[in-house]
Amino acid sequence: MIINHPLLGPRDSAEFVNLGAAELMNRPDPETATPEDWHDYAYLRDNPAGAHRELWFHEGGDRSILIVTRDTTTHEITAVELARNRGQRHDPGK
Amino acid sequence: MRYSGFKVIKEALTGHKGWTPAWRDPEPQAHYDIVIIGGGGHGLATAHYLASVYGERRVAVIEKGWIGGGNVGRNTTIIRSNYLLDGNEPFYEFSLKLWEGLEQDLNYNAMVSQRGIMNLIHSDAQRDAFIRRGNAMILNGADAELLSEAQIRQEYPFLNFDDARFPIKGGLAQRRGGTVRHDAVAWGYARAADGRGVDIIQNCEVTGFRIENGKCFGVETSKGFIGAGCVGCAVAGNSSRLMAKAGMRLPIESHVLQAFVSEGLKPVLPGVITFGAGHFYVSQSDKGGLVFGGDIDGYNSYAQRGNLPVVEDVCEGGMAIMPMIGRARLLRMWGGIMDMSMDGSPIIDRTHIDGLYFNGGWCYGGFKATPASGYAFAHLLANDEPHETATAYRFDRFRTGHMIDEKGMGNQPNLH
Repeated sequence: MIINHPLLGPRDSAEFVNLGAAELMNRPDPETATPEDWHDYAYLRDNPAGAHRELWFHEGGDRSILIVTRDTTTHEITAVELARNRGQRHDPGK
Repeated sequence: MRYSGFKVIKEALTGHKGWTPAWRDPEPQAHYDIVIIGGGGHGLATAHYLASVYGERRVAVIEKGWIGGGNVGRNTTIIRSNYLLDGNEPFYEFSLKLWEGLEQDLNYNAMVSQRGIMNLIHSDAQRDAFIRRGNAMILNGADAELLSEAQIRQEYPFLNFDDARFPIKGGLAQRRGGTVRHDAVAWGYARAADGRGVDIIQNCEVTGFRIENGKCFGVETSKGFIGAGCVGCAVAGNSSRLMAKAGMRLPIESHVLQAFVSEGLKPVLPGVITFGAGHFYVSQSDKGGLVFGGDIDGYNSYAQRGNLPVVEDVCEGGMAIMPMIGRARLLRMWGGIMDMSMDGSPIIDRTHIDGLYFNGGWCYGGFKATPASGYAFAHLLANDEPHETATAYRFDRFRTGHMIDEKGMGNQPNLH
């Protein structure tokens, strides 16, 4: 797979580490979260067959974290953006 | 029809006209006591044990494609029970004992071959860990044997013993481990279950569950509604997709695991070798091909094929530990979709919906578990309580902290 890095251009996915679903950026608020919220956050996944928004860490590159939209049935990548553009707003988008 | 050597000879002399289909191709009835979704190894084994051990007479297995077309046809055929933790080892040892009697039980040649499996040791720390594992296995009635470097040199002289990074310092062997003809497992269970009246319904995809007031009354399928006293789901790889139809989110991600087979060779590899430090394991099939694999690719996938970085990684592992493998040509490679659970261990449990039961989360260890998984799931479906070897495989272990973290890697499915 080739991931089209927003800053560095097309890069081999072997340079990256997959960190799981982008929804993991939606960490529950520790002030208000219940144990059930933490259970759901830590352990449950949508795991869709089709478009999947997921985090890829550019470990062998600029160490940025990307949000990649990838089809899990074909491995086709349709969108790539920097996670930091979303992370500061606590909003990974849809 | 019973299969036997006499039958083979008789048919050979009479033009092979007496063979009949190994199972029927029935249309679904309106209602069954138990409906199992998924005609793979686990689903068919469940049906067999429901009929043969638990006396259930009205059972159906529903399969969206053809039986045995999923992971039971895409694995690397290894059986073993070399686990460490209490929640796992009794279950896998139960499974290995069922493998040992499988062919007699099914009257089917599944080519169960107890050629032994060996995990390689490269360091003192690893030796300590494997001694502990071996002792845990022995305590649970399994067999384990610590091998010295000299013993391994005798059995496997072609391995790369003096590698600078991973010199071979010993091994943990389980002589009762081995390989099984994987497709024959699905076919054998299907034939045995069919013989006891189980309806195996192929090309019948489940499109939804009929759930009213928290109870499951049956499944909607491409062949219409099928009523059921209870429904068991055994569709590992696609568990999340299926259970989403019942409104459930699972502690599971689907990942792709690749496997490889070389051209056929004369016998060179007597048993199964695992090189955990290099993410590589290998055995030789009875047809002669070297069957090998390594790690999962590490990203969610339903594609049943992987990518080249893992191919390179696996081949590097093979060359590092068994340099002669470089002379063999690769014949085929393929991928299977693994239910990667959050702690690396499976789930056999009831759900929060009455009459709906779940079997999945097998990660890449589902094949060896097939008999015990079927047995334990049948026990759960028939008695509504877990089999004694599968009491730890509960959904709520993530809530209560009773995870079965065999590899000590926490809740990251891509690491297990």
